[in-house]
Amino acid sequence: MNRSETTRSFTMATWLGWQVESNWTDPFLFAIYVIIKPLAGAAILVVMYSIITGGDYESPLFPYIYLGNAFYIYVGAVMAGVSWAVIDDREHYKTLKYMYIAPIRIPFYWLGRGVSRFLIGTVAVIITLGAGALFLHLPLDLTRADWGLFLVSLVIGVTMLAMMGLILASITLMVAHHFFLIGEAVAGALYLFSGAIFPLEVLPAWLRPIGYAMPITYWLELMRRSLIGEVAEAFPTLAQFSNLQLIGILLGLTVVFAVLSVFTFRWCDHRARELGLIDMVSNY
Amino acid sequence: MQTDKALAFHASEKATGWRLFLKTIAARAYPRVIGQQREKSWIFFDIFLPMLAVSAYVFVYRAIGAPEEYVGFVVVGGAMTSFWMNVLWSMSSQLYWEKEQGNLALYIIAPNSMMAILLGMAVGGLFATALRAVAIILVGSLMFNVTYSVASFTQLLLVFLLAMTALYGMGMMSASLFLLLSREAWHISNLAQEPVYLVSGFYFPIKSFNFWLAAAASFIPLTLGLDAMRQLVFPSGALLGFLSVKVEIIVLIVLCVLFLTGARFLLDYMEKLAIREGRLTESRR
Repeated sequence: MNRSETTRSFTMATWLGWQVESNWTDPFLFAIYVIIKPLAGAAILVVMYSIITGGDYESPLFPYIYLGNAFYIYVGAVMAGVSWAVIDDREHYKTLKYMYIAPIRIPFYWLGRGVSRFLIGTVAVIITLGAGALFLHLPLDLTRADWGLFLVSLVIGVTMLAMMGLILASITLMVAHHFFLIGEAVAGALYLFSGAIFPLEVLPAWLRPIGYAMPITYWLELMRRSLIGEVAEAFPTLAQFSNLQLIGILLGLTVVFAVLSVFTFRWCDHRARELGLIDMVSNY
Repeated sequence: MQTDKALAFHASEKATGWRLFLKTIAARAYPRVIGQQREKSWIFFDIFLPMLAVSAYVFVYRAIGAPEEYVGFVVVGGAMTSFWMNVLWSMSSQLYWEKEQGNLALYIIAPNSMMAILLGMAVGGLFATALRAVAIILVGSLMFNVTYSVASFTQLLLVFLLAMTALYGMGMMSASLFLLLSREAWHISNLAQEPVYLVSGFYFPIKSFNFWLAAAASFIPLTLGLDAMRQLVFPSGALLGFLSVKVEIIVLIVLCVLFLTGARFLLDYMEKLAIREGRLTESRR
């Protein structure tokens, strides 16, 4: 593998993605934009929870929901970030065909385009967690957090999300620009199966296996365990697994998704070239 | 000679007034409807996946032991999100895409109404939108055993039509602002999703907010439309309603007049402003 070409594709795309995401306005408006969206998303769940429970923020279910939702921001950000680059380049800027003939590696270019959304997502996660700790009694004690577990889980988790994003980007290569954003639609659907905002036991028994097959389920459990261990212990979903076992499962599923992403890209790329879809414009 | 006669005949048949308005709507809706037939994957991405996302909110209520009527609230609210998304992405920010594609200038040059163009965009996307809303209602109701007890079908239909009229009027009004925008249009639409879901009470009764916040949120037609519809279809809806249905109908009528009139004037004004400032064909990338 040509290392410099790979690195160059990734870093150049990271810079480009950041410019596309951030330079449409001044830094102040951009900061508001970054803050409001995730806070509103979290507030929907907080209002739903407080209406029913009368504001019982002491229950372990509240931090379970709140933390799951906060880290789920990464799912939408990374998956949508990577897959949206295809639509943005193909139909908006009409540059995808030029990217294809440039000396770059397309999958690494797409992954790079997702980095800016990851960075924005990181700010959103921090703000959401901070708001929870400050205003909603979220029992987040940074001195008691398992930072080693947190960092390892975060790195593996983001890699896994990037691989899922790459699969989605490859599929996006074959489909039209639809009414909604594909990345966000897929992330929204996975919200149901990943145990992000409710324990998997709440799902009907026939739906639970999908949740257990999703790497996001294990990743969110690890993130909860690393920050507020007692929250994860209060729910039986994955209680039988140790941290190491969970990391093993997450790592295994990440490798599976990485392999899948390679094959999906190769197949979709080949089909898109064959069908002449690389420069398709479909925003009707 | 015969050609001249034919031309004269066609010229006399030239559509004007309401006929032109309706033909423009049909013409703009046409590519959307045909495009959807050519690419069926939207059924999966635009209907099936959002349905799963709405279901997640139902399970949150189940997890926290909410009364069953809240499940119905989520199903109805989740269905109505489709219309908000249609207004945001298929009307307002679409003008930005049209500008980037070079179509916006053509719309302005052509002797037709911008309101008709926008309505055409909405109607063209309405098939997907309505299908998504119906799918969420049907599947959600069957899957979660939601029971409805309609107090008045007439009022329900009236509320829905008024809410849609006011909403699309608002969409046209906001679209006029998008005439001046460039890349920020996409981000503003993106930003207007979750905050509107929150303040309009898509997943919970708006009565949960304090009066003034709920009153301010009522400026978005779906807030009162949704509240009134919930009051009319659920037995306990009236207890959780923000205002009485009759008052909400009156407010919705006022909003219809306000937004449609506002859209008419604002579109004209913004179009002239955009022409004067040279924003219609600019491409600030």
